[in-house]
Amino acid sequence: MTGNSSKVWMLHLALLAVLFSAQYWLSPYNVTNLSRIMVLAVFAMGYNLAFGYTGLLSLGHALLLGAGMYAAGLPAQLWGWSAGPAFIAGIAGGGLVAAALGLLALRTAGVSFMIVTLMFAQAGYLTLLYFAPVTGGDDGFAVVATSRTLMGFDLSTDTPRFLAALMIFAVGLLASLALVRSPFGRTMVAMRENEERSRMLGYNPFTVKLAALTISGLYAGAAGAAYAILFGYVGASFATIQYSILPMLYVLLGGAGTTLGPFLGALLMFALIEAATGITTAHQFIVGAALVVLVLFAPKGILGTIRERWVRWLP
Amino acid sequence: MTNGLLHPTRRGLLMAGGAGLLTAALPGYVAAQAAPVKIGFQLHRTGIGAAYGRWYERTAQAALKAINDAGGIAGRPVEILFEDDATDPKRGSEVVDKLTQSDGCDLVMGTLFSHVVMGSAPRAGELKVPYLVCSEGYHVASGALNRWTLQPGITDVRAQISTMAPWVAANLGKKVTMVFPDYAFGHDHRDFFTAAIQAQGGEVVAQIAVPPTETSFTRYFPQIPAETEVLYHVMVGPAVLTFVKELGEFYGTGAKPALFGFIDSLEAVDTATPGLEFLEGSHFWEAHPRVKAADAGEHEGHYRAAVGVDDNGASVSDAADVSTYSHMFSTWETLYFIKQAMEASGYTGPADRQKLVEAMEAITDLPYGIERPQGAKRFNGKTHQVFGAQHISQVQGGKLVKVHTTTIDEGMYEDAVDYTTMYF
Amino acid sequence: MAFGPFLLLALMEGLVTAAVLALAAAGLSLVFGVMRVVNVAHGEFYMLGAVLAWAVTTMIPGPPALAFLAAVIIAPLLVAALAAAADGLILKRLNYDPEATIVATIGLLYILQQAALSLYGPNANPVTAPFEWRIQLPWFGYSGYKLFVVFAAGMVLLALWLFMNRTKAGLVMRATQVDRTTAQAFGINVDRVYMGTFALGAGLAALAGVLVVPIQQAQYLMGHDPLLLSFIVVIIGGLGSLRGTLIAALVIGLSDGVISMFFTPTLAKILATLLVAMVLVFRPQGLFGAKA
Repeated sequence: MTGNSSKVWMLHLALLAVLFSAQYWLSPYNVTNLSRIMVLAVFAMGYNLAFGYTGLLSLGHALLLGAGMYAAGLPAQLWGWSAGPAFIAGIAGGGLVAAALGLLALRTAGVSFMIVTLMFAQAGYLTLLYFAPVTGGDDGFAVVATSRTLMGFDLSTDTPRFLAALMIFAVGLLASLALVRSPFGRTMVAMRENEERSRMLGYNPFTVKLAALTISGLYAGAAGAAYAILFGYVGASFATIQYSILPMLYVLLGGAGTTLGPFLGALLMFALIEAATGITTAHQFIVGAALVVLVLFAPKGILGTIRERWVRWLP
Repeated sequence: MTNGLLHPTRRGLLMAGGAGLLTAALPGYVAAQAAPVKIGFQLHRTGIGAAYGRWYERTAQAALKAINDAGGIAGRPVEILFEDDATDPKRGSEVVDKLTQSDGCDLVMGTLFSHVVMGSAPRAGELKVPYLVCSEGYHVASGALNRWTLQPGITDVRAQISTMAPWVAANLGKKVTMVFPDYAFGHDHRDFFTAAIQAQGGEVVAQIAVPPTETSFTRYFPQIPAETEVLYHVMVGPAVLTFVKELGEFYGTGAKPALFGFIDSLEAVDTATPGLEFLEGSHFWEAHPRVKAADAGEHEGHYRAAVGVDDNGASVSDAADVSTYSHMFSTWETLYFIKQAMEASGYTGPADRQKLVEAMEAITDLPYGIERPQGAKRFNGKTHQVFGAQHISQVQGGKLVKVHTTTIDEGMYEDAVDYTTMYF
Repeated sequence: MAFGPFLLLALMEGLVTAAVLALAAAGLSLVFGVMRVVNVAHGEFYMLGAVLAWAVTTMIPGPPALAFLAAVIIAPLLVAALAAAADGLILKRLNYDPEATIVATIGLLYILQQAALSLYGPNANPVTAPFEWRIQLPWFGYSGYKLFVVFAAGMVLLALWLFMNRTKAGLVMRATQVDRTTAQAFGINVDRVYMGTFALGAGLAALAGVLVVPIQQAQYLMGHDPLLLSFIVVIIGGLGSLRGTLIAALVIGLSDGVISMFFTPTLAKILATLLVAMVLVFRPQGLFGAKA
């Protein structure tokens, strides 16, 4: 494992280096797209920690994304918070809501957990609509310019936005790598593989799962806050079921339980939609067919299948 | 798959494929002449706005052809690049980006659903690209957006609503119950109509906000108070027909209040649909009368022919395919507005975008003509919002018949913002 | 409206909601129960049923009742055939792996939705009910067809229960549900059982679509809500329990109807959703599920 350890860290650092260099060789349009993809990937990485590693099949992560988005966006809107504090509030918001969700929903497991998270997320979405005078309802609101600057950098311009997104992504990626390679990470996997046995080994499954879900919520909160600050919009559509399904799709496509899978999945879906809309107006045909074909060739997701067949040391 | 079994007149697949090929082939062809003006169109091709999107595309194509046939803009040919936003705010802002940065469009137009406008406008502001929405939301004139976002083709919902109250109070009754969707569009109705009817000495006795996830409505109707004289209803989205039908079932043959609806409740729906008989005699707001009015202006026939709509407001190739007539004219009028502003500012390319917005802000009177088939308009450069006359129609024999027309002045209200003082 | 009639209407509406839920969920209960796959495209089969009902009733002339009867037969069969093909071409090759199936059925959802949009269009179109019967009570009117939907839901569930418990095919399906490997050892062709189950589940969803379309119009996005609600009903009822599915549908439908009497609509929706979620929190195996 030690020989692989350096390989693993090199691989991740190399990816970050390539992403950093992308600002010099990608068109401005694609640099912004890459910023979007990295923010989405942070969301998906958080989902992966809960689902891919701990086995918590959630259909309620839109609630956590929305929590981060509004926890960052509302203080900015109401009290003029600047980007730094707003971002931290967003992370905290995602983590807190995830912990609260976990306290209730983790009494259930498997498909029941999926349905309970789905319903709490639906209630959360309706709550955003109900408090429309504050939240702006489905319309949402544009984040004011003063809350989109960090230490003098205007995050609504291309390069600072890209660097901020990369920074958040890098921290998220390396933290998730460190986490899954830590003893706690192995406990998370033990929950996924055999909860009973880990209980007999002295672990409290509830605490482990609650911790994993809360960490997942911190990621989702960071992604929601980052979207609000970097792209300047907060709205209830980000709390709809669609945004619970997307991270699951990214993770499954890229490879559940792989550290790089969420990014690959987010990148692939974005590229797929871009390519398909260029080919035909009936672009959902292409996206749908591509998903079916991809999963037929790589049923464990792309990196999951690569790991299974060829590169066994892939984390 | 199940081809041929379905709607026999819809050649969606073929047309879709053909359109894709066409847009791919077109730029090379036109480049042989003067460089074209490229207009990006953010289109609800999929998602809940798709019924509107289809007609927005048809109307914009018709206006495009008319403009190009008449020599284009300042002698340059014009082309429109349509891009699907899936009626989603996030994708909407990505589409603004794509049309501007990747496709090199001079400006972006076309959005209807207001959450997509809200999600996209910040990106348009960042890119410093004019963003001309066809949404009727109050978001532009309220000051929530930015200097690059304008609404020059359709009167906003605040003005529409305010002009309805005097007529409703004078002709239908003063005790009003409102049923509306519980999101921003519905809240605009709630707030502005409540204020407007109070100004007429009337009152709103109940406000029933229906959650947008709802597909069945009957259970909410008992909340309508018995003293209600007028039931004001507005609904959008795929469930509108269910809403109207259930309203009919609920009242049945019993006594019912006068019904006043916004045509949004029935856009793209045939008023002669079985189950809608109870609407007979009820009234609707229309921006642009779907059924050609007896006193329609001289350009009405030409506009309908160009878009491919018959005198009932349905597609000429399929009488069951009813248009979104009270909204789609906005894309036509917005295109002519762009033409006028580009020619006035001497626009030559993206470097002149700021000049273009300033030229738009300088526009005031927009007289009736083929450029504005819905009617004369007045543009307010400070609030970036246009104002036009509104209509009230009554269902007579299953058809909408225009019975009242407001003046532009009735819809004017005090400016809530002055965008011209903001930085570009 | 006075409290009594109001309550009556709320209960009637709740019953109709329950019936629609039970119809939509019956097929999913089968697929989910026997095959243990999360079929995200289930709602699209429901939508296809409604859209095909529109197509059939538009093409067949004559009295609405006859055209509707044709739709009740044709639409579920077509959808079942489509589902069988999807099973053979995609799901079987994935070995019904739970995670891969989710991605594949999301792909299927995109394809089916686009097909409906491209061929049928974005509009919501009405389908005439097989009979015109309005009940005029002293306080409000009510659609007789809605009450028929309640009756039909009861019939469909009863038929399904009889099929599962009184026929050989049902026995085979239940055996496969309990233990796939043992079933195989006893010579049951599990592949065929799965294909049959998936087709039957899709056909039931389509049938629900046909029965519901006269009260809810055919539209290409209409599969979304039934999908979510079906999952909720099936899980609350307890996996693999038809009785549970029925009772869960009643609980959700009626609580939704009654709660909506006392609060503003959106707040009522929030409370009803939370209430149902709490049922599962305190009874994770569902109302009639075996303790895990």
